[in-house]
Amino acid sequence: MTKLPDLTWTRSRDFRAAPFSATPVRPSEWTALAHALSAGHFTLLSLWAEEGAACMALHDADARRVAVARVDAATGAFPSVGVHHAPAQRLERAAADLFGLTPEGAADARPWLDHGRWGIRHPLGGASPDAAQPPYAFLPVEGDSLHQVPVGPVHAGIIEPGHFRFTAQGETVVRLEERLGYTHKGIDRLMRGASLARGAELAGRTSGDSTVAYSVAFAQAVEAALSVAVPRRAFALRGLMAELERLANHLGDIGGICNDAAFAMMLAQTGILRENVLRAAHAAFGHRFMRDRVVPGGVAVDLDAEGEAVIKALIADIRDRFPSLVELYDTTASLMDRTVGTGHVAPDLARRFGAGGYVGRASGRDFNTRRDLRYAPYDMLRLEVPVRHECDVNARVWIRIREVEHCCSLITQMLNALPTGPVLTEVAPVGEPRAGLGLVEGFRGDILAWLALDAEGRINRCHMRDPSWFQWPLLEAAIEGNIIADFPLCNKSFNCSYSGHDL
Amino acid sequence: MRRYLLEGLMRRPLTETAPLPDADAQDQLAAAFARTVRTKLGRSLAIRHVDAGSCNGCELELQALSNPFYDLERFGLHFVASPRHADVLTVTGPVTHNMAEALRRTYDAMPSPKWVIAIGDCAKCGGCFADSYAVAGGVDAVVPVDLHIPGCAPDPTALLKGMVALVERMGSGAEPN
Repeated sequence: MTKLPDLTWTRSRDFRAAPFSATPVRPSEWTALAHALSAGHFTLLSLWAEEGAACMALHDADARRVAVARVDAATGAFPSVGVHHAPAQRLERAAADLFGLTPEGAADARPWLDHGRWGIRHPLGGASPDAAQPPYAFLPVEGDSLHQVPVGPVHAGIIEPGHFRFTAQGETVVRLEERLGYTHKGIDRLMRGASLARGAELAGRTSGDSTVAYSVAFAQAVEAALSVAVPRRAFALRGLMAELERLANHLGDIGGICNDAAFAMMLAQTGILRENVLRAAHAAFGHRFMRDRVVPGGVAVDLDAEGEAVIKALIADIRDRFPSLVELYDTTASLMDRTVGTGHVAPDLARRFGAGGYVGRASGRDFNTRRDLRYAPYDMLRLEVPVRHECDVNARVWIRIREVEHCCSLITQMLNALPTGPVLTEVAPVGEPRAGLGLVEGFRGDILAWLALDAEGRINRCHMRDPSWFQWPLLEAAIEGNIIADFPLCNKSFNCSYSGHDL
Repeated sequence: MRRYLLEGLMRRPLTETAPLPDADAQDQLAAAFARTVRTKLGRSLAIRHVDAGSCNGCELELQALSNPFYDLERFGLHFVASPRHADVLTVTGPVTHNMAEALRRTYDAMPSPKWVIAIGDCAKCGGCFADSYAVAGGVDAVVPVDLHIPGCAPDPTALLKGMVALVERMGSGAEPN
């Protein structure tokens, strides 16, 4: 086997402060990296296409460093990583849809985001007119007494669209196949040639529930590429917004999961706390989701004394009321009967897929971007990363419970040491093409933003990878052997983003 | 759990006692709703929601309508799981080409009379995604729209106000689709 290439590895502090350069590798070296991924030496952070090239971002967990490898694909093809390392498969299919680059040797050549309805093919590649595509072929299923249940793209609740194809034997699910891409909005191409302000607007609308996290990831990539020195107060305010966002989402999820087990009281109770968080966010930062508040160079709004008081009161209220909800969850046997042992995700799968957030941490994957690929303001804070090993819905609920408590602690820590000074600095083009990498812990897990800018500071290529890319496939594994009626429960315990994934 | 249930019985509903930012507006809304919905639809208006490609921000605010602060069901408005049961279709997002057919089919599956509310800035014309190859446009590019509620994302009070406006229009004899 070919020797591993010498990649330019960068530690977390360094890649956020300086432009990032991808390491060019030969196709054989690219394949060697795929084998190394498969052997578990690195974790795949993302894989994407550019004009005439394919890139992948790797994480070396032991050394806490990252690298980006780039292989030439001017011939229209690059060696498949997915054939050796399954987590890359859907990313490769998406790259093929958007750029028309073929992952050579890939086991699954079906389109992923392209449903044959755009009128063009390869919108970021040749953009040729679309010839009619054959109907999407779901994987064949063979066996006795099997029946299929197609669900979606329109679902019964107020949720996003996607298609689930269940194959069941009696009540038991023997296979779930997902089909996504329904909310594909073409963000990658809208980004091409866009100004930084326009890019920030799009990034903040990639997945609405993670608008702060996406805005921070995008801003990090810009600031790294252009070596912008962000004021310390801006970092602290970003931290506050990010934790408020996490708090709101986790509270909503805890209630939502219980509600899907027909325990509506919990949803009502956490719904109150969640609404209070959103109202506090509105009072402190002027928007319930704090959308467009984080911008490249800092933040768009400052926090005044009144806003600080609102957040302090909010945290005091949550600290007062949340423990009895935790006790309620923990002592309701009929609820535990639904969540314990349901939707098992094997630790090995979580590790191989590099599943972030509560999905990974409930299956023993001890990783959190805030700690392991540290960025401001978390470098100044005491961090705890809850990890559990039960791998079920219950464990994913408990991770969220612990993170709600931890969010309160982080917000208090930040409020107690809030730096003074400006909150925004100018972001100016530097007269040469630059690239930057952003990595942020959203409430779901790690969000990656890769950004290539031209000499005038316009966006050449922006690739954003939602944590859901590595969680959706695990949902297929988690539901196996469960009954269909438990799917909403499992699905809510993952709460993957459709929009963030479909882009 | 018993303690919670007991407390729930003893306590006044949060919906009235909570320090809402526009408590007055909400009370007015409640009154307006109760009157019009009762006369026109016998206190019941069934809503079916379709996300036609949104970023999921509008969905979060629609979900918030059911929390104890807004408690949509007290107005006789409720979300239903099937278009067959629905009077009103709410649609969010720019309509993506990949979702256009599903949206159209959901609309067709609803019995008449029916109304459509387009929710959020993207639903108006595609919003910041309007120029994309993957986006068909606003909601009216695929199904007829009776009312548009602007915002990114419109907050729950704005959503409630919009629904009142639609019910008022039903009262004024606007022809449904």
